[in-house]
Amino acid sequence: MSVPAVCYLGLSAVLFALGTLGVLVRRSALVVFMSVELMLNAVNLTLVTFARVRGAVDGQIVVFFVLVVAAAEVVIGLAIIVNIFRARDTVDVDDVDLLRG
Amino acid sequence: MTAAIWVPLFPLLGWAANGLWGRRWGRGAAAVLGCGTVAASFVLSVVLLRTLEALPPEARSFQVDLYHWFTAGPIDVPMRLLIDPLSVTMALIVTGVGGLIHLYSVGYMADDEGFARYFSYLNLFTAAMLTLVLAANLVVMFIGWEGVGLCSYLLIAFWFTRPAAAAAGVKAFLVTRLGDVGFLLGIFLAFGIFGTSDFGILTRSAIARLPLGGTAATLLCLLLFLGATGKSAQLPLYIWLPDAMEGPTPVSALIHAATMVTAGVFMIVRLHAVYLRAPLAMEVVAVVGGATAIFAACWALVENDLKRVLAYSTISQLGYMFLAVGVGAWGAGIFHLTSHAFFKALLFLAAGSVMHALGGTTDMRQMGGLARPLPRTALLFAIGALALAGIPPFTGFFSKDEILSADFHYGHVALWAVGLAAAGLTAIYIVRAFVMTFLGSPRQPAAAGHAPHESPRIMMVPMDVLAVLTLFGGVLGLSFTSPGDLARFLAPVLAAGAGPLPAESTRGEVVLVGASVVVALAGLVVAWLIYDKRLVRGGSRAIHALLAHQFYIEDLYNALIVRPVQGTARLLAVFDRDELDGAVTGLGRGVGRAGRDLSRLETGFLRQYAAYALVGVLAILVYWVSR
Repeated sequence: MSVPAVCYLGLSAVLFALGTLGVLVRRSALVVFMSVELMLNAVNLTLVTFARVRGAVDGQIVVFFVLVVAAAEVVIGLAIIVNIFRARDTVDVDDVDLLRG
Repeated sequence: MTAAIWVPLFPLLGWAANGLWGRRWGRGAAAVLGCGTVAASFVLSVVLLRTLEALPPEARSFQVDLYHWFTAGPIDVPMRLLIDPLSVTMALIVTGVGGLIHLYSVGYMADDEGFARYFSYLNLFTAAMLTLVLAANLVVMFIGWEGVGLCSYLLIAFWFTRPAAAAAGVKAFLVTRLGDVGFLLGIFLAFGIFGTSDFGILTRSAIARLPLGGTAATLLCLLLFLGATGKSAQLPLYIWLPDAMEGPTPVSALIHAATMVTAGVFMIVRLHAVYLRAPLAMEVVAVVGGATAIFAACWALVENDLKRVLAYSTISQLGYMFLAVGVGAWGAGIFHLTSHAFFKALLFLAAGSVMHALGGTTDMRQMGGLARPLPRTALLFAIGALALAGIPPFTGFFSKDEILSADFHYGHVALWAVGLAAAGLTAIYIVRAFVMTFLGSPRQPAAAGHAPHESPRIMMVPMDVLAVLTLFGGVLGLSFTSPGDLARFLAPVLAAGAGPLPAESTRGEVVLVGASVVVALAGLVVAWLIYDKRLVRGGSRAIHALLAHQFYIEDLYNALIVRPVQGTARLLAVFDRDELDGAVTGLGRGVGRAGRDLSRLETGFLRQYAAYALVGVLAILVYWVSR
């Protein structure tokens, strides 16, 4: 049996929306970060789904790229968060507002 | 001959050095530099004179090319000097009289803050004036023409903290600029007709290119004459010269009596061949000159400021020069220019000596009885006054007489009569000035602090030299029938000039000379009786007011030109301030406010930025989908 593609796409949309919501409403930088990962993986799911539907592999190749970039992003992002914590004793994104106009 | 380029170059270097380092080097250096450069030019001019004299008369003309200035289409303008008897005569006057006045200034300006600045301006003026007189074409002449105008402005407004001086400087600049427009148009017209502005070519081809009495010739001459009326303070553009007396007195002597104001006369003599093709224009020149001569003499009668009397006198004497060149008596014009340079410089310097003694007073009503404390100045002033009045044997007599007899012989009897009347008035006003200043009882306020005293030697010596020149300068043109030395020297330049005097002029000459001497003497006596002996009293108040206001010509200018221009300017200023400035500053302020408002979006909250991004993405999505 096979699950129809629309279910994967629906799940992916739900995951993406949840990620977006997390980025927008959570104040902890770590959780915001995790939410961004969630959004990335929602997109990965979409890519894989479409690759299956079209019977081609190019979507899956893009997923590998996304994974690699996400890994690199995690390294840099976590480093930034650690440094913010050292400097300001907090990882609350609302407290880091030096660039206010 | 190529050394001639150093004649204007020496003072130019003096200007640069004094302007750049004069203050640092101190007064002594500035004075030596200022006087030395002009003296060097004078020596060089004498050498040029000797060189020319050693040559046969017809070979006495040289062109010295400095460099090629510019080419524009068919127009080709070289930077070229013309060395001939006329330009050398003028150079000698400029450097000779100018040098004496430089020397006098060392004493006169000794205590002035701007000593170095003064000498640098004076040197720049000398350089510009020498460029003007040595120029070989109209364009190079125009450099000097504008240069002397600039220096005139700078020196009239030398004490620029005094509002009157600053205003007088601006007035002189603007009024002469009015004439310069005519001069410039004249140059263009000359290029249009001749394809060049070289004086040699203009002189040689005037007859071929300009039909006698044709429109082109008349227009060209009148345009150039408009420039001359501005520079030489003739009717109707004379109004700047009396105000120019705000400048230091040596400046008045040099620029506004001896040299710059004679530029117009010189220019017409230089272009005499062109003027001869336009009898109508020459008629205009002569009539304007005659009118100026007599009107200015009238105004001098009621003026109470010593320097302004001399200013009106200068205007009047310049009128005489135009009276001469207007009838074709070129040599007489230059002769009077020369002798006027001597005696008017002397008069101005003597007036400066009086001011020096009185601490700057120029109002003759506060003078009087100065012959006792200032005997030498009084004597020098008297010599200048007698020369101005045309009493023999002073230079003024010879030159003025030559002009009057030329007017008579060339058939302009009316102009001769006007000139004669002006001569009588001249005698009256200068005696009045002498009496008010030097005779009678002292009227100066006692609070002057110190008794009037003679000026230092460095001021007296130049006056002595000028007095000697005034006494004996007449020999330059000493002749009743045959041409004098100066006329003979100038003859090669003026070869194309007016025809020879009628042969039978000899007999009439004695009568003419007698008439002018009698008129001058009568003027002296009348003035003596009125102003010293007080025999005649009263006089019409209305006429006095009319003369004191110069026939209200200046008020007419104010009503017709100055006020409307000022009104328009004020209107435009409002428009400029409220509309143009409003638009510009409004735009700037609007951009600034928009920036400030937009910057409020930058809250520094990361999550808000993320929301903006989301909104943006959604907007793009909606756009795509709905397309």
